[in-house]
Amino acid sequence: MENYTLKINGESHQVTAEEDMPLLWALRDLLGMKGTKFGCGQALCGACTVLVGGEAIRSCSLPVSAVGDQEVVTIEGLSENGDHPLQSAWIEHVVPQCGYCQSGQIMNAVALLQRNANPSDQEIETAMAGNLCRCGTYNRIKEAIKTASSKL
Amino acid sequence: MRPTFPFFKPKEETDSSKIFKPSRRDFLKLSALASGGVFLGISFQCSGPKGEDRIFAPNAYLSIDKNNLITLIAHRSEMGTGIRTSLPMIIADELGADWSKVKIVQADGDEDKYGDQNTDGSYSVRMFYEPMRRAGATARHMLLMAASQKWKVAMDECHTENGKVHHPDSGKSINFGDLISDVQKMEIPRSEDVILKPFGDYKLIGKDIPIYDVKDIATGKAVFGADVDLDNIKIAVVSRSPVVGGKVVSVNDSAALAVNGVEKIVKIEGAGLPAGLDQPLEGIAVIATNTWAAIKGRKALEIEWDLGENQGYDSADQLKEMLESTKNSGKVRRERGQIEEATKSTTTNIERTYELPYYAHATIEPPAAVAHFTNGKCEVWAPTQHPQWARGAVASALGIEVADVTMHVTLLGGGFGRKSKPDFVVEAAILSKETGSPVRVQWTREDDLHHDFYHAHSAQRIKASLDSSKKLIAWNHHTVFPAIGATSNPAEVHPSDGELGLGCVDFPYDVPNIRIETHESKAHTRIGWLRSVSNIHHSYAINCMMDEIAEARGIDPVNHALEMLGEDRNLSFKEELDGDFSNYGESIEEYPWETGRMKAVIQRVAQEAGWGQNLGGNKAMGFACQKSFLTYVACIVVVEKGGDGKIKVSDVHYSVDCGIAVNTDRIRSQFEGGAQFAHGLATSSAITFKNGVVEQHNFDSYLIARMPEAPKRIHVHIVESMEKPTGVGEPPVPPYAPASANAVYKLTGKRHYKLPFSI
Ligand code: FES
Ligand code: FES
Repeated sequence: MENYTLKINGESHQVTAEEDMPLLWALRDLLGMKGTKFGCGQALCGACTVLVGGEAIRSCSLPVSAVGDQEVVTIEGLSENGDHPLQSAWIEHVVPQCGYCQSGQIMNAVALLQRNANPSDQEIETAMAGNLCRCGTYNRIKEAIKTASSKL
Repeated sequence: MRPTFPFFKPKEETDSSKIFKPSRRDFLKLSALASGGVFLGISFQCSGPKGEDRIFAPNAYLSIDKNNLITLIAHRSEMGTGIRTSLPMIIADELGADWSKVKIVQADGDEDKYGDQNTDGSYSVRMFYEPMRRAGATARHMLLMAASQKWKVAMDECHTENGKVHHPDSGKSINFGDLISDVQKMEIPRSEDVILKPFGDYKLIGKDIPIYDVKDIATGKAVFGADVDLDNIKIAVVSRSPVVGGKVVSVNDSAALAVNGVEKIVKIEGAGLPAGLDQPLEGIAVIATNTWAAIKGRKALEIEWDLGENQGYDSADQLKEMLESTKNSGKVRRERGQIEEATKSTTTNIERTYELPYYAHATIEPPAAVAHFTNGKCEVWAPTQHPQWARGAVASALGIEVADVTMHVTLLGGGFGRKSKPDFVVEAAILSKETGSPVRVQWTREDDLHHDFYHAHSAQRIKASLDSSKKLIAWNHHTVFPAIGATSNPAEVHPSDGELGLGCVDFPYDVPNIRIETHESKAHTRIGWLRSVSNIHHSYAINCMMDEIAEARGIDPVNHALEMLGEDRNLSFKEELDGDFSNYGESIEEYPWETGRMKAVIQRVAQEAGWGQNLGGNKAMGFACQKSFLTYVACIVVVEKGGDGKIKVSDVHYSVDCGIAVNTDRIRSQFEGGAQFAHGLATSSAITFKNGVVEQHNFDSYLIARMPEAPKRIHVHIVESMEKPTGVGEPPVPPYAPASANAVYKLTGKRHYKLPFSI
């Protein structure tokens, strides 16, 4: 077991964990931050997406020991009042059905818009291809990303 | 309580409802409301299986407090359909509430209080539309009475709106909250005095209403099954028998116990065979302080299994045998006319076979549940579609009374039928009892795909006969698939009446000679129900076949379907069936099969999609229609060949008649999602077995639609209707795959007789 100091949503957190523990389980089990979801554990579904150093990362596949001093942002830290332009767009388009995949979708979209403030349909599709939604909310996700991008 | 097939178990029908005042304590217990207010319970008078009258205790509660906060209890499970919003919305609308001040509290699983809470079979709105309206209208009546007495005016001069009673003549208005002390003293009005609003007065029903939980979801606050935390909670990850029915022979757990964080190894006694629908599989659970340690601990287990009689099972071999069997005569389940006689002189026979694979539900939230067993009682938190079944299954597994199990229902990260089975909930309960700690059982994706209750694979053969004038005169349909019932009872080797009522024996077309036959097959895995159940394979075969028949007859497929549906009339299948016609648990008199409504959705979708227009060489349309769960749906899929030669679905048009449309936004979202769900079934998903073991492990081998290949635009055309509302969770799925196959045929000239087909 090792001690790690993680910078999450602007705050420092200490965790004691095995070095191979994925960041996902450190967030969920050790820090009680449940907004980031587990869907596949193999970087195949995107439910666990968070930002690490500004990049969208599948937290199920990133060992806590590899995070270092990079800033981690989770859905809980995206905005103070749930009013990040993407969150507002998600609400406006009533994107979620069951909602389970949506934290990951939103975090992935945040990284997309940071890279490319005005993505085309095709760019959105490519960027979001790693985020599965079994309820099939893809078209609303696309619309919400476009709405948010127009407001950025 | 062990429903084998929940759509058709004698459903407690809500014939009439009764509104009454429950004790305040009762309500407080339920919702932990702080301030005093007025409470109304709704009791549904139900006729049980034999028609005897039965009064359920309150099914739903409504309260208004002094601060105008209205609290409604949602008693159905939310898995993405929006039901947690749609039912309360009906009460609120009748009441004239300020929707922004409505709070929704999720009910625990409790049959005595809420009646049947099984959220399955697309029937929540169908069952509760009327009772919810009556509940709202009764409360409104009381508020109007209180205000009119206060103001000494006639009651019918007043109305409610936005949480207030208004008297337009005098310009007076008063908050609901300020009337509650008067309302509390009143008797509940007689139901004949309570008048429902005319439809045109509704402000919420029939509109796009956002789901209640949207902000919590967008901010990561929504609580799903695995999100429940308790002090000192332990995490369990279980190694289950890789083959259904397998048993543990021996375990070497020393390496597992050496993993940092692993505390204990516990054996879960499995059902063996038959596996049943509500019992855990045999397995070894690794109990740890965190999920990662439990996952690692499981990897380190060495288990010797006796895999039992399914260890030689090969699904491809079985499918071949099933297909072969359809060449023979089977058990006749529907018979009309004299098929042998009629086909003696036919000039054209079209005979086709269809094969569909097993499908897994693959909800993005894998099964997970939390249980805490203390002092002979068990408190459970679970994403369950069927809290009462789970409650009963937990009680019987622990050997305690049902009353000693509290079943809290969390949000479900997708259900589609998987989460009606309580096996994973029972695991958590057993492990909590064994360890003396609160336990969360966490399934991984591999667990989910390896140990699901699968949609059955199927083989079908349809032989259609045309006479010399190209009239379709005979329809002979063979269907074979392992029955859901076989999971509990191996003697069930034919599909049940219920499963055949899902798109097979309810074949609606006007053909003078019909024979529908089934053949034997056994269950070698756990068979369950998946979004629209056997409608999936029946609709695929029938709609693809109808497309071929139309072509052989030289008739446009849309016109062909309209012609074959015949005159506007009500169909009844009973007389021609060997067995019952389930009609989704409703009487055929009340919910008839109306060819006119089907024709109307077909005409509408054709018009909206621009059916028949010249699309050029790179685009084509395909058509299918399917009534399921009492909802009429027609579907047109548009496929397009891109510059890279790849085929994509550019547009999907659905026309739907689900009676009164309660929440139009959630109806559209169910169709949007249903198309994506069905796109996976049609083009990429399949579960196969070798040596009794599932060959797919994660989303790299069980493929579901991803955004780049998902249908681009989905247009949902809702027919305006004042018919009784029917469900929309499942009906989008059945027509999609055949409509897309028919479109692909138009574009490429290739027909697909096997799912999934790659495009
Ligand atoms: S849980 Fe990490 S990508 Fe699926
Ligand atoms: S909203 Fe249910 S999985 Fe995406």
